[in-house]
Amino acid sequence: MVTKPKPVFALIDCNSFYASCERVFRPDLAKVPIVVLSNNDGCVIARSYDAKPFVKMGEPYFQIKQRLQQQGIVAFSSNYALYGDMSERVMSLIESMVPAVEVYSIDESFADLTGIADVSAMGRELRARILKCTGIPVGVGIGHTKTLAKLANHTAKRLQAHTGGVVNLCGDHERDWVLRNTAVSEVWGVGRRMTAHLEGMGIKTAMDLAKADPWSLRKKFSVVIEKTARELSGTACLELDEPDPPKQEICCSRMFGKRLTELAPIKEAVATYMMRASEKLRAQKSYCKKVRVSIRTGMFNPDEAKYAKGVIVTLPYPTDDVRLLTKAAVDALEHIFQPGFKYSKAEVLLLDLRQPGEFSDDLFAVNQPAEASRVMAVLDQINGRWGRGTLRAASVPSKPDWGMRREMMSQSYTTRLDQLWRVQC
Amino acid sequence: MSFTLLGPLAEGGVRLPLCSFKIPAGFPSPAADHIEKVISLDQVLNVRAPHVYLATIDGDSMQGIGIFSGDLAVIDRSIEPVHGHVVVALLNNDPICKRLCIRGKDVILKSENSKYPDRHIMEGDDLSIWGVITHSVRSHGH
Repeated sequence: MVTKPKPVFALIDCNSFYASCERVFRPDLAKVPIVVLSNNDGCVIARSYDAKPFVKMGEPYFQIKQRLQQQGIVAFSSNYALYGDMSERVMSLIESMVPAVEVYSIDESFADLTGIADVSAMGRELRARILKCTGIPVGVGIGHTKTLAKLANHTAKRLQAHTGGVVNLCGDHERDWVLRNTAVSEVWGVGRRMTAHLEGMGIKTAMDLAKADPWSLRKKFSVVIEKTARELSGTACLELDEPDPPKQEICCSRMFGKRLTELAPIKEAVATYMMRASEKLRAQKSYCKKVRVSIRTGMFNPDEAKYAKGVIVTLPYPTDDVRLLTKAAVDALEHIFQPGFKYSKAEVLLLDLRQPGEFSDDLFAVNQPAEASRVMAVLDQINGRWGRGTLRAASVPSKPDWGMRREMMSQSYTTRLDQLWRVQC
Repeated sequence: MSFTLLGPLAEGGVRLPLCSFKIPAGFPSPAADHIEKVISLDQVLNVRAPHVYLATIDGDSMQGIGIFSGDLAVIDRSIEPVHGHVVVALLNNDPICKRLCIRGKDVILKSENSKYPDRHIMEGDDLSIWGVITHSVRSHGH
């Protein structure tokens, strides 16, 4: 009789991903602590391992600027072009080595290792190949369930020196040791409130949770925590996810690099955000019937007058045509703009999204002209080939003076010919 | 007399790909069996691979083998560097393009320009190989 092999999952997670990306092309920073800042250089969103003792996540940059200098910590504006490209490289390397992958976030993916003879060796091979081919260090956690793989990965990170970045919890002995030595709060999917509940019941370690009765957990709390308990004890309840279904809303919203008081630059910003939102719309092959545009002033400065308003526009037919969408958004903006305020942010939201074939509810309804769809296809082709914004609505400026503050941004080393890495010769 | 209504001529219909050779009646084109895909420099240089990177060369120390300042270098990080490879080395954290020479225990970064002496790797030096240069591209346009 042929028995189905027990499933084996790996979680591959990049160490301090944003900081590691910056270091690939700045070898001089290999031993220098790094932090990466949010849009508009607002607050810390990523830290290299050696910066963690000095800086907390989320600290506002203007408050810690001096401390960073004193400690010799280097700050970067977030360079998503670079991080996105490096992420794609890491993910395609993983895809080339394992039977199936679920990309979980920009720096994490689950892999299916079921049926592979020596999974620990595979883990070490993944780690070595990704490090060699991209310069990004990763941790690999392996287990019979996704929750155990996540726990193994957490252990690989915590005990980096002991484990060499690869931890395999498929053996009972290793699994039980880690379960006993991990607080329940560290388990994937157990939040702060759930931790408090569980601790109240005497469930303090991951092992306690693995041994708890799943049925009573389900009755008392939810099916989610029941599955977590089952997964910790070795029964796989979660599978590699299918690709995400198309989003139901698409949003593009950003703070301006400075306060804006006039209508004209806000129109430019709204047109620019709409360009980006409509690209996302076409990438998931949806059409949209409604657009919401909103603007607001700063909300925290007590000396500034506050104002916030949004408006929804219904389009004549479901569309993905950036020209129609931009016109609708800019016209809507004129209705909500009030002079005399200092605006800090605008947002464009695409609503009532439909997939082609879903919207023929009215026999006499007008559809988007076929010619508009062809224009959009050509537009996306040109921008895909020559870079975003090569072909754009005239209302979108190339170098806006209201753009995001990104004063410490590294080059787009891998995505822009004019910003390539320079090598001395 | 009978006639058939054909209707107005309309635009559209199926567009057929243009064949660049004439098709002789009766004889099939001898080239038809030999049509291949277009040549792609991306493929030749393998720049779409996840382990391949581009960089700009700055300096004249490798001009003896035709790598000049301003050239585009194609760097492959998946190749195991061996004696004789042209590499991007990190020498004490500075990225430099040189030829890697390994003679027994001696490691030397060689230039391809007599103006530049060999760089012998010493005890206190920190050397790692970032990647192997597989191609360089230069523009002759301007």
